[in-house]
Amino acid sequence: MTVAVALLCVVALLSLAVAALAIGRSPAATPIVYGGCIAVSSVALLSGLSQLLGGAAPASIALPLGLPWIGAHFRIDALSAFFLIVVDLGAAGASLYALGYGRHEQAPQRVLPFYPAFLAGMNLVVLADDAFSFLVSWEFMSLSSWALVMAHHRVGDNARAGYVYLVMASFGTLMLLLAFGLLAGPDGGYAFADIRAAHPSAVLAALAFCLTLLGAGSKAGLVPLHVWLPLAHPAAPSHVSALMSGVMTKVAVYGFVRIVFDLLGAPSWWWSMVVLALAGISSVLGVLHALMQSDLKRLLAYSTVENIGIIFVGLGLSLAFETHGMAWAAALAFTAAMLHVFNHSLFKSLLFFGAGAVLTATGERNMERLGGLIQRMPQTAFAFLVGCAAISALPPLNGFASEWLTFQAILLSPQLPSWGLKFLVPAVGALLALSAALAAACFVRAFGISFLGRARSAAAKMAHEVDRWSLTAMSCCAALCLAAGIVPGLFIDALAPAVQGLIGTRMPTQVNVDWLSIVPIAESRSSYNGLLVFLFMVISGTLAAFAIHRLASDRLRRAPAWDCGYPDASPVTQYSASGFAQPIRRVFGTAAFGAREQVEMPAPGEQRPARLTVTLHDPIWDALYAPIAAGIMLAAERLNRLQFLTIRQFLSLVFAALVILLLVLALWP
Amino acid sequence: MAVIADTAVQGAQMLLVLLLAPLLTGFVRKVKARLLRRRGPSVIQPYRDLVRLMRKEVVLAENASWLFRVIPYLVFAATWVAASLVPTFRTGLQFSWSADLIAIIALLGSARFFLALAGLDVGTSFGGIGASREVMIASLAEPAMIMIVFTLALIAGSTQLSTMAGFMVSPVVGLRVSLALALLGLIMVAIAENARIPVDNPATHLELTMVHEAMVLEYSGRHLALIELSASLKLLLYISLLACLFVPWGMAGAGANPGALALGVVACIGKLAAGGFLLAVFETAIAKMRVFRVPEFLGAALMLGLLATLLRFVSGSL
Repeated sequence: MTVAVALLCVVALLSLAVAALAIGRSPAATPIVYGGCIAVSSVALLSGLSQLLGGAAPASIALPLGLPWIGAHFRIDALSAFFLIVVDLGAAGASLYALGYGRHEQAPQRVLPFYPAFLAGMNLVVLADDAFSFLVSWEFMSLSSWALVMAHHRVGDNARAGYVYLVMASFGTLMLLLAFGLLAGPDGGYAFADIRAAHPSAVLAALAFCLTLLGAGSKAGLVPLHVWLPLAHPAAPSHVSALMSGVMTKVAVYGFVRIVFDLLGAPSWWWSMVVLALAGISSVLGVLHALMQSDLKRLLAYSTVENIGIIFVGLGLSLAFETHGMAWAAALAFTAAMLHVFNHSLFKSLLFFGAGAVLTATGERNMERLGGLIQRMPQTAFAFLVGCAAISALPPLNGFASEWLTFQAILLSPQLPSWGLKFLVPAVGALLALSAALAAACFVRAFGISFLGRARSAAAKMAHEVDRWSLTAMSCCAALCLAAGIVPGLFIDALAPAVQGLIGTRMPTQVNVDWLSIVPIAESRSSYNGLLVFLFMVISGTLAAFAIHRLASDRLRRAPAWDCGYPDASPVTQYSASGFAQPIRRVFGTAAFGAREQVEMPAPGEQRPARLTVTLHDPIWDALYAPIAAGIMLAAERLNRLQFLTIRQFLSLVFAALVILLLVLALWP
Repeated sequence: MAVIADTAVQGAQMLLVLLLAPLLTGFVRKVKARLLRRRGPSVIQPYRDLVRLMRKEVVLAENASWLFRVIPYLVFAATWVAASLVPTFRTGLQFSWSADLIAIIALLGSARFFLALAGLDVGTSFGGIGASREVMIASLAEPAMIMIVFTLALIAGSTQLSTMAGFMVSPVVGLRVSLALALLGLIMVAIAENARIPVDNPATHLELTMVHEAMVLEYSGRHLALIELSASLKLLLYISLLACLFVPWGMAGAGANPGALALGVVACIGKLAAGGFLLAVFETAIAKMRVFRVPEFLGAALMLGLLATLLRFVSGSL
C-alpha cells in the first residue's frame, strides 16, 4: 500500500515536471509547481512515516517497465522508509522555501521543470529494488540535479562546476554499474532479492565493496572524491543547494548502506578500516576547507563534506563491530550514523535557506561584503544562528545528540580484537573531536562575519527581511533541530526498525527511560538528557536575568563603541572573514594546504600600499586530479594530429586498422 | 523523602559553586599578590566588584544587537549548569545523569561559541582579535579535552562523572601511565581554557596578546558582572573536575549522612584552596608565551591525550 502511494507521488512529481515544461514562463508557474511539490512530498512523507512507525512488513511491487525480462521492482522496508522521510521532509521544506525564494528567479523555465524531476529521482532511488531501476533512478537524480546546477550557467564559474559535476557523477554511476554487474545472481538476476540470496565469493565481494565506496562515496562527497561538491552545490539556486547538500548526499549514503550492509552479506575485516580512515580524513579536511572559504554557500558545501565524514565514521564503526560479532555495539554506531543523517539534513537545509535569504536580500554570497545583517534581518539571523549552533554540536541542539552517540560508539571499540582497529579508532576519534571543535570555529566565523558587526557594503546596509514563506521554512527547520536535540530518544526509537532490519538488533528502547534521557547501554555508563539541559539553561538564565533586573539594576544607555578608546568609524577596520581564520590557517594550513603568506612592504616614504598575499593549495587536487587532467589533455593533444591528415594517410590508417583487426581475429584462440 | 534530600543536595551544590567561585578567584589573586610581595586586595574583593558592576548602568555600543545583550545570560546559564553537574562534595547528584562529562565539555563549548560571537557583534577590531584567537585556542583545547575524557572513560568504564569519581576512589585504579598522561594533559587544557598564564593573562587590558579580555571589552555593568562570574565558575569547575577525577578522597557518597556531607564540603573547600594556591604559584613562576606558541603547547596536550587513549586501547593495564 505505502509503496504504491510513494510511487504515485513519484508519478505526480514527474507530471508536475512535464506541466512545468509547458507553463514554465508564466508567472503562475512558480506557486503551482512548488505548491504541488509541497503537497506531493507531504503525502510521500506520510507514507514513509506510516511505514516506519506503523511497523508494517516490507511491501514490494513489480511493474512491467524497464528491461522486459527484469521488470521494475520497488520495495519499501524500514530503511527505505527512513530515507524516504529524510528525502521528503527536505523536499517539503525546500519547496516551501522556494514559494518565496523562487519568485526572484531570473529564468524560472530553467529551474521549474527539473526541480520536481530531481525530487522524483531521489524518491525513486530509495524505493528501487533491482539494480536496473536503482541505476536509472540514480542517473536520473544526477542529471536533473546537473540541469539545476546549470540553471545559471552564464554566472561566474558555474559552467565549469557543471562540467566537473557531470564527470564525477558519470564516474560514480559507472562504479555502481560495475558493482552491480559483479553482484548479479548466478543466472543474471538483478533484483535485490536475487543479489541478496546469491552469496558472492570473497574476492567479488571485496571488489564490489571498493566499487560501491567509490560510486556512493563520490556522490556523498567523501574525500578524495569530494572535489565536485563545493563547486556544484553552491552554483545551484539556494533551495536546490539545500536539497543537494542536505538530501542528495543522504541518498548516496543510502546507496552505500543498501549495498554494503544489505546486499553484500558479511563484511570482511578490512572494510571498516578503509571506511574509517576515509571518513576521519573527510571530516577534518572538509571543515578546514570550510574555514578558508569566504563564499558563504561554498563554506556550507565544504561543511557537508565534514558531516558526511562524521556519518561514515558511524558506518565504519558499525562495520567493525559487525565483523567482530558485536551486534549491539554495531546497532549503536549505526543508529548514531542514521541520527546524524537526519540531523544534518535538517540543519544543512536550514543553513542553505539562510544563505539564500542573505543572497536575496543583498545579492552577495561573499562574507567579506556582508555584516550587521542581524539588525536588518532579525528572523533570518535567529534561524541561521540555531542552524550554526546545531551544526557546531552545541547542546541542547540535535547535532550534539548524534555526535555524542558517535563518541559513545568509539568508547566501545577497545573491546574489538583487531590490532589495526585498536590503533585506527583512537586516531579517528581524535580527528572527529578536532573536526567538531573546528566546526564550531567555522560557524562562529560564518555567523559572526555575515550577521554581526557593521555592514561592510552598501548592499548589506540596505538589506531587508525576506518573505514569509522563506521564514516559515527556516523556522520549521529550526524548530525541528531543537526538537530532535531535546528529545533525541524519540527519534532513536523511531529509526530503530531500520537498524533492526540491517544489523539484526537495535539499541534499547529509549521512550521508557525516565525524563526522556538517552541511555545507549546502561545508566551507570553514560546518559544524556537534552530536555533537562535545555530546561536548566532556560531556568538559570531567566532566573539570573530576573534577579539582576529586580534586585540590582536594569538601566541601559546607548553610547559609541568603546574599543579601548580607539574606535574607528570605517567598517573595514573590523575583522574580516580571512582575518578571522588567519590564526587557524597558520596552525593547520601549512600542513593541510601548504599555505604561504607573503607580505610585500613598501620602503619608508613610498606611496603604494602594503600587500599580503596568501596562497593555498588543495593537496588532493594537486596530487590526484591535476595529473589525470594533464594526462587526458596530453593524450588529446597527441590525438589531435589525426584531424589534420591527408586523405591518403586517412585511407592507409583505415586499412592498417582493418588488417590489425583481421589479424587479431585470425590469431584469437 | 530521599528525592527531597537529593534535590536539596543538588540545590546546595548549585549554590555552593555559585558562592564559592568569586572567593576562589579572590584567593588566587591574593596568593599571587603575596608571592609578588604585594599586599593585594582582600579575598572578598571579587564579590564587591560583582555587586558594584551589577548596580551600575549598562553602557551599550550603539550598534550592539539583541544577541549581545542575551549572550551574558546564555554564557552564565551554560557555565552554571555545567559547574553544578561536576560533583564537588558529594557524588551521585540528583541530576548528574542528565549530562555526562562529554556533555559538560560541550556545554562549556556552547558558552565559548556565544562569547566569541559577542566579540564580533559590535564590529571592533579588539573584539575580532579576541574571538579569532579564542576559537583558535579552542580548536586545539577541545579535542585534547575529548581525548582525555576518552582515556578516563575507558579506565572507569563510564563517561558519567559520579561513576568515574566512585571508580577513582576504589583501590582497583592503581597507578597507570595513561592516568598520569591524562592528568598532565588536563592541567594544560585547564590552563588554556581558563585563560591563565602562560596562554593568556587574566590581569591585562590593552595588550595585543590578550584573548579573553579582548573579547569582552565592550561589556559593562551587569553584563560584565555575569561574564566575570562565569569565568570564576569555569575556574572552579576545572579545579573541582581535577579534584573529582584525580583526588576524589573525602567526597561523600550517595545517601551519605550529614556528617559525611559536612566533611565533603570541608574537603572540597580544602581542595579548591590547594588548587588555587598551586595555580597562583605556577602563574607567578612562569612567563606568558607568544600567541603562536600556544598551538604547540595545546598540541602537546592533544598528543598526550591521544597517547593515553592509544595506551588504553592497546593494553587494559597501562
